[in-house]
Formats: sequence, C-alpha cells, structure tokens
Amino acid sequence: MSPQPHSLTHEDASQAHHGHSHGHVAGHGSLKSYLIGFALSVILTAIPFGLVMSGVLDSKMMTAVLVMGLGAIQIVVHMVFFLHMNPRSEGGWTMMALIFTLIIVGIALAGSLWVMHHLNVNMMPMTHEMMKNMP
Amino acid sequence: MTDTTQAEATEAPQFYLEEEHHPEGSTMLGFWLYLMSDCLIFAVLFATHGVLGRNYAAGPSPADLFDLSLVAINTAMLLFSSITYGFAMLQMERNAKMETIFWLGVTAVFGLAFLGIELYEFYHLILEGAGPTRSAFLSSFFTLVGTHGLHVTFGIIWIVTMMVQVKMHGLIPENRRRLMCLSMFWHFLDVIWIGVFSFVYLIGAIG
Repeated sequence: MSPQPHSLTHEDASQAHHGHSHGHVAGHGSLKSYLIGFALSVILTAIPFGLVMSGVLDSKMMTAVLVMGLGAIQIVVHMVFFLHMNPRSEGGWTMMALIFTLIIVGIALAGSLWVMHHLNVNMMPMTHEMMKNMP
Repeated sequence: MTDTTQAEATEAPQFYLEEEHHPEGSTMLGFWLYLMSDCLIFAVLFATHGVLGRNYAAGPSPADLFDLSLVAINTAMLLFSSITYGFAMLQMERNAKMETIFWLGVTAVFGLAFLGIELYEFYHLILEGAGPTRSAFLSSFFTLVGTHGLHVTFGIIWIVTMMVQVKMHGLIPENRRRLMCLSMFWHFLDVIWIGVFSFVYLIGAIG
C-alpha cells in the first residue's frame, strides 16, 4: 500500500477535471444554435396560441391534439438547442437518465388518467343533493 | 498463499481509483439526475391536474378564468430569459466577465417579469373568488403553476447569487461549473413551462 500512486492519480484526476472544465458538458451551443432554437420555439409557441385564441379549427379534438403535439416538439427543440442533449454527453448517462425518467413519467401520467377515468365511470351516479349531504 | 492475498489486496483499490478517474467530472450528471427527479415531481402534479382538472365544483372553468394573452406574454418572458441565459453562457465561453454579468442580469429581469405577471394573475384569480380553495381544478392549478413559480423564484435568487460570485471571484472553474448547472436548471424550467401552457392553459381554454 504505497501512498504514492494514490496521490498521483488524484492529481491526475484534478488536472483532468480542470482541463475539461471548458468543453466537456455536452458541448456548448454556438450563437447560431441558440438563435435557431429560439426561432423554432417562438414559432412553436405562436402556432398553438394562435390556434386556440383565434379558434380557426372547428374541431376541439383536433386543436387539442395539435397543441399537445407542437408542445412535445418544442420540448425536444429545447432539449437539443438549449440543454444540448445528445446521446454522447457524459458517456450516454444523461440520455439514459432522461429515457428512464420519460418512462416513469409516462407510466405516472397514463396510469393516473387511466385508473381515475375508470374509477369515475364505475362510481355510482351522485346527485348534487347527495354531494351536499356527504360527511 | 499469503502472497496471492496481498496481491489481491493491493489490486482491489486500484479498481476503485479507475472509477474516480472518470474524465468528465460528475457534477453535471449529478445535477441532471436532480433535474430528472424534479421532473418526476412535476409529472405527479401534471397527473393530478389531469385527473382533477375538470372538477369545477360548479365553480368557474378555465375558459371563464384564463386570460390567454397574459399567458402568451408570460411565455414570451420566459422564452426571452432562456435565450439571454444562452448569451450569458456564450460570454462565459469568451471569458468576458462583465458581459456575462450583464446577460445574467437581463435574464433575472425577464424572470422577475414572468413572476410579476404570474403573481398578478394569481392575485386576480383569488380576488374573483377563484382561489385554490374554490374547487379541485383550482387546487391542482395553483399547486402546479405555483410550484413552477417557486422554482423560478429560486432560479432568480441563484442568478443574483452567481452575479455576485462572478463579480467577486471572476470566471473561475468553480463559477463556470455553477453557471453551467444554473443553465440546465433555467432551461429545464422553460421546458416545464411548455407543458404548463400547453396542457393547463391552452387545453383548459379549449374546454
């Protein structure tokens, strides 16, 4: 157990850390990539607001689907252009964590809505009177 | 016999040192994991709003309450603050201390504008009798949007802290690391806001 190699590796590690403090995090964006991301998100924000505020589409369902779809695209745009997500950052671990989180979020959201919807459907119909007299 | 055990004993620690040698530095990954756990908090609040969002208890519905032009202005504020934070990061890359502080300041101002508009909206809702106690819809609405607003508040405190830090100590590696974490935090809040304005305000207003 000689202490020498130990301290040496520590020094190496700290040096490597300082050396990398510049460019290691998922690569920083350039001015161009920030501006592209900004332009895209302005467009992707303006369209859903325009759709809902003007009510151009007759179908509410269609409008809702478009709003959610454009929102999802905008989230991806922010992830790529502002958060600089890519499959290589941190040796792929950020992407792994993101995918895992998305799965959990999907289960939590879809599961809650699904279960609670069925619960509502299977509930006994309740009148306003009964609701008032509830404990 | 003893030789081999000794050899193993000396080799075992080296295995762990290997891991410490991770070339990237793990702060960013750790902070990303924190953001992902934060994402789960918001997912649960979104799910709650999804379940309770239509229980008006004979009270006002989103179509009655939400002023979409105000929400649009709010969204613009947060979007502007995102791009100005990007400019601050670009100035940090150029090692320009004062410019970094300037763009951080602009970001904080946009963040404050966002918060101000949100508080104004909350104030008016409560004044109209549509406070968080009115219905399940409003409870979940105030919890979700309020949690996001709380995050923005802490983000602004963090920005001001970093402005002071950069002013006092310059763009040292520690401050660069902190600014990078703050960058992820701030852009992450914008991502959450996309979910809020799409799912809560716009879908709510459609009815």
